Amino acid sequence: MDIQTWTWILVGLSFSLYIGIAIWSRASSTGEFYVAGKGVHPIANGLATAADWMSAASFISMAGIISFSGYDGSVYLMGWTGGYVLLALLLAPYLRKFGKFTVPDFIGDRYYSNKARVVAVFCALIVSFTYVAGQMQGVGIVFSRFLEVDITTGVLIGMVIVLFYAVLGGMKGITYTQVAQYCVLIFAFMVPAIFISIQMTGNPIPQLGFGSAGADGIYLLDKLDGLHRDLGFHEYTLGSKSKIDVFAITAALMLGTAGLPHVIVRFFTVKKVSDARKSAGWALLFIAILYTTAPAIALFARTNLIETVSNVDYADMPEWFTKWETTGLIAFEDKNGDGVVQYVADPQSNELQVNRDIMVLANPEIANLPNWVIALVAAGGLAAALSTAAGLLLVISSSVSHDIIKKIIHPKISDKGELVAARISAFVGVCIAGYFGIHPPGFVAAVVALAFGLAAASFFPAIVLGIFYKKMNREGAIAGMVVGIVLMLFYMMKFKFGIFDGGKEAVAALKADWWFGISPEGFGAIAMLVNFVVALGISTFTAPPPSEVQELVEHIRIPSGAGMATH
Amino acid sequence: MKNAEKYWAENLKYLTILLSIWFLVSFVFGILLVDQLNTIKIGGFKLGFWFAQQGAIYVFVILIFVYVKLMNRLDKKYSLDS
Repeated sequence: MDIQTWTWILVGLSFSLYIGIAIWSRASSTGEFYVAGKGVHPIANGLATAADWMSAASFISMAGIISFSGYDGSVYLMGWTGGYVLLALLLAPYLRKFGKFTVPDFIGDRYYSNKARVVAVFCALIVSFTYVAGQMQGVGIVFSRFLEVDITTGVLIGMVIVLFYAVLGGMKGITYTQVAQYCVLIFAFMVPAIFISIQMTGNPIPQLGFGSAGADGIYLLDKLDGLHRDLGFHEYTLGSKSKIDVFAITAALMLGTAGLPHVIVRFFTVKKVSDARKSAGWALLFIAILYTTAPAIALFARTNLIETVSNVDYADMPEWFTKWETTGLIAFEDKNGDGVVQYVADPQSNELQVNRDIMVLANPEIANLPNWVIALVAAGGLAAALSTAAGLLLVISSSVSHDIIKKIIHPKISDKGELVAARISAFVGVCIAGYFGIHPPGFVAAVVALAFGLAAASFFPAIVLGIFYKKMNREGAIAGMVVGIVLMLFYMMKFKFGIFDGGKEAVAALKADWWFGISPEGFGAIAMLVNFVVALGISTFTAPPPSEVQELVEHIRIPSGAGMATH
Repeated sequence: MKNAEKYWAENLKYLTILLSIWFLVSFVFGILLVDQLNTIKIGGFKLGFWFAQQGAIYVFVILIFVYVKLMNRLDKKYSLDS
């Protein structure tokens, strides 16, 4: 069977599975819609969190990014996993004990202020919308590359599927489809990785193949370092970013991970506090399987690519090369007219442009794997994109129906009425996300990376101080969040978009002016520190929180007595 | 001291120890001391590079499960488990 037929079969099968689960797990109350009735098993929640967390970017792009940046790519590996340690130790158990539905719920109640709640809703919506647009775009790309339908049709198919289970099932439907999606995506990621690891090193475990030698007895990492030196690239295992920037980006990604509302809210769905801790451990274990495999794939793919194309006659390129050339992901320009591919670091004489996504998408073809494995990658990419999109849509819909309508505009709304509002806002959210998926604004990719900085600069200090510092008050928290997010937005606009210095073209020249040599991606760590300082400073000069709030803090610190969700 | 306060103090002690290890394996071994550790080789891996792309992640997973164990024991000790 050809790749297309296999892809339709595997995508069709996985989609019917998701729809079947959605019908089986319809939500009948707001408690089920927002937090799956707080009855999810910790392992199931771990699986769902892992699928929720690993987006189209993790699945399709991350190995490619590492492949091209070597050691510098470690910021994503450590940053996007280390955040779970913070989440498990500093946030998840206490927020579960608090026992409400959303992150703005906590901020609003803990800081006895609807102003704080509105600031939190605003931050949650910014973060979630920029993120979800990227997911829908990912769905469109997978459809168009593997099934040759156009991007618009691809996004529409994705929208219908997500609508079906997010609107019908809410958190309950999303949770169980995410469990299935994790299984699909991890299988799809691991099968090609294992095959390639065996081919290149004889070791079936990619994490070990990573440190093994190839058929010629030379360690792959040493070999690639050598190839990089010869072609003028920086050495693969050394990287090129400054130490302080690597430090800051890793910190910003970790703190941002721990502050992302769609991740935090997953820990509201388990039965008790000890389950929240446990499921954070399971979640990280399931995530780590992909995250420790990705750098191995990056190494295999990079070595394979250079050995296949470098200084080889264009006429002798394998079939996949010409196939991916037509999609524009590989571009060859014979600058010196010798008919041979020169792939080097120097942009003047380099003749080959390679899109980073190809490292995962074309990897099975590069390694000559059977057609069903190639089709599997398509199903896996879709699972990764859809599961994350659904989790984000739930945050968007609960922010509107619960935090704004129920808590601020219309407190007397019935449970049924709120459920209808939640479904309508999920529907509107899907439509907006789909629109951005079809007409992606140019800044999406840039902003998704910065969403972590925004989350770190706004939510993380407010939540941590809310739990660990009883005397933190309304004034301090609001001032901290506002200063943190404004500072982060300012730095982004200045150094990422060049708004104050004449636009995008000016960005490269501004690099010398970076504060402490830290890039916009890493600045979230600094903005977070400023948030902490401002919050602590202001709180010492203003009235302490009322005694019932201090009692609330004491209450969430002990695990016993976490009941069902309350309104 | 009340029971809840003692419980909280022990919890903070665990957090300090576990987060120090979290900082050590990622920020210290994987970033600050990466060049020094890279002079040590284990199989095909330079040690600093291995911490940054593999080792830190393994330790993170272990840290959370150790935390789960410690806290479950602590909950029992103060009869605060639900």
